[in-house]
Amino acid sequence: MNNVDQKEVKINRREIRKRSMMQESLERLVRNKTAMAGFAVIVTVAILSALAGVICPEGYDAQDVTKAFIRPGKEYILGTDNLGRSMLARVLYGGRISLTIGIISTSISAALGIILGSLAGYYGNKVDNIIMRTLDVFHAIPNTLLAIAISSAMGGGIVNAMIAVGISGVPNFAKVVRAPILAVKESEFVEAARSIDATNARIIFRHILPNVLSPIIITITGQLAGSILAASSLSFLGLGVQPPMPEWGSLIANARQYIRDYSYLVSIPGLAIAAVVLSMNLFGDGLRDALDPKLKN
Amino acid sequence: MLRYTLRRLLLMIPVLIGVTFLIFLLQSFTPGDPASLVLGNDAEEEEKYEWREKYDLNDPLIVQYVKYMSRVVRGDFGVSYRTNKNVTLTILERWPTTFLVAVLSVSISVFLGMMLGIIAALNRNNWVDSFARFLGMLGVSMPNFWFALLLIMTFALKLKILPVSGFYGPEYWILPTASLGILGAAGLLRITRSSVLDCINADYVRTARSKGQKEGKIVMHHILRNALIPIVTSIGGYIAAALGGTIIMEQIFAISGLGKLMITAINTRDYPLLRGSVLLIATTTSVINLIVDLIYAQIDPRVKAAFKNSIKVRRLSEKAASASES
Repeated sequence: MNNVDQKEVKINRREIRKRSMMQESLERLVRNKTAMAGFAVIVTVAILSALAGVICPEGYDAQDVTKAFIRPGKEYILGTDNLGRSMLARVLYGGRISLTIGIISTSISAALGIILGSLAGYYGNKVDNIIMRTLDVFHAIPNTLLAIAISSAMGGGIVNAMIAVGISGVPNFAKVVRAPILAVKESEFVEAARSIDATNARIIFRHILPNVLSPIIITITGQLAGSILAASSLSFLGLGVQPPMPEWGSLIANARQYIRDYSYLVSIPGLAIAAVVLSMNLFGDGLRDALDPKLKN
Repeated sequence: MLRYTLRRLLLMIPVLIGVTFLIFLLQSFTPGDPASLVLGNDAEEEEKYEWREKYDLNDPLIVQYVKYMSRVVRGDFGVSYRTNKNVTLTILERWPTTFLVAVLSVSISVFLGMMLGIIAALNRNNWVDSFARFLGMLGVSMPNFWFALLLIMTFALKLKILPVSGFYGPEYWILPTASLGILGAAGLLRITRSSVLDCINADYVRTARSKGQKEGKIVMHHILRNALIPIVTSIGGYIAAALGGTIIMEQIFAISGLGKLMITAINTRDYPLLRGSVLLIATTTSVINLIVDLIYAQIDPRVKAAFKNSIKVRRLSEKAASASES
């Protein structure tokens, strides 16, 4: 009897030791149904867009004017647009573009924001002042306007849209990273690292950044959703992705003139944006609760 | 308080100088020659040169910048390349419309967002709360231009009770401000809900309840007063976002405000007009952030006390802002 108990305790101990903080968070995340539903939608959309070439082998720009303005139905699941192009193909290929822009522009914001934020937070004083006051300049201009200004300076196109959206997200990222670093850099383990002559770069990357990972991950998911919205606004204004490329925002811009009679051309791409961004936000909220249970309410 | 306000106003100057420099920097990257756009592509090279000379466009960027700034300091923002009209007058003509749209939308956001947020928090974890949270989530996930088009489809094209576009009277204000306002309310709903929930379990609320305070007074006095702090801090950001969103609404509803002017200025490379407009928006955003910080001090006695050593205030408000965001 006693023996069995001891065995159980041993197993429990091993289990406890095995579970790191990240594993625990992951378990909490998997148990969160809405977050998982969001994740499922994102994965589905990603797979469908990746398979766009297989599902719609005719491509996003195959025109057939005799089949213009067919409403969603049997022949065309999502209908056709003013040039007889299949909306299903355009939405799927558009998903590729929107998701790519979201991922790459978020990577740009994250990379620059994390570097600037940690430099500002870690070195403090002059470095902090220079970086944060420069970011104040960007902060004084509303994000939408900043993205418009940058993308108009660089011209249209996917790459420039990514850069424009990416840069306009940097100040937010830097702020999110800087605040927790200010607290972490005073802790004993940083002092210990410094006392054994670790370089500043090593202290930042090995000791400080892993400890502020939660806010970074949370901001990344938020930024992903935000940058898809921002990129679609840009192409809606005609500044981002240029036709015939089917970015979701530009699909809506293109359909605007037919809104009176063929409103499905406006609703469908909008639903696609809203569904993906909603799923990302749901997943992001779940992630936040999982990583930081204190915040949950 | 006065010293703090003055200090903050002075700190605004370097930011605005930075903004003008940023616009100049972006302008230098911009492809397209304003001279050919104004005079036409087939204009004589000499003519174009003279035109550029007139507007200092032949100088190196930094010289252009110094010349521009020295005029700006004297209150001269130059003339538009296209219309030759004074930039200040052109912008001020359009500004009231844009400002009206932004202020109305933020008012809708604040009213709707706070009300629903409080209702959601007080009904925590039942269906009212879940429904409000769902609405909040949906609102922050919709692109504003799409939401505006949906409203047009429903209220202007189907029901025919509101005009499709234009800006000639109060009935024209409803759709653009509702599009921005309702979506903004979604974000404020989320912030209000979580900040009310933070206060609901606080010790001072339990104390109030234990001494037999009326429930209504507890909500208004003890919970809301404290929950208001992160909400107020976030409102500054909403006003800035509304100013940005107005640019898009003006395109959709054909409103001739500053946003439309800016898009035209961008497309025609009308730099003086663009610089003036961006500068005005940046100034407005900075002033609003200052006002928000001052209001913030009024509602939080702790911060009011800190005003005596005024530098701390900003850090406190930044902290509250980051706490409410996460």
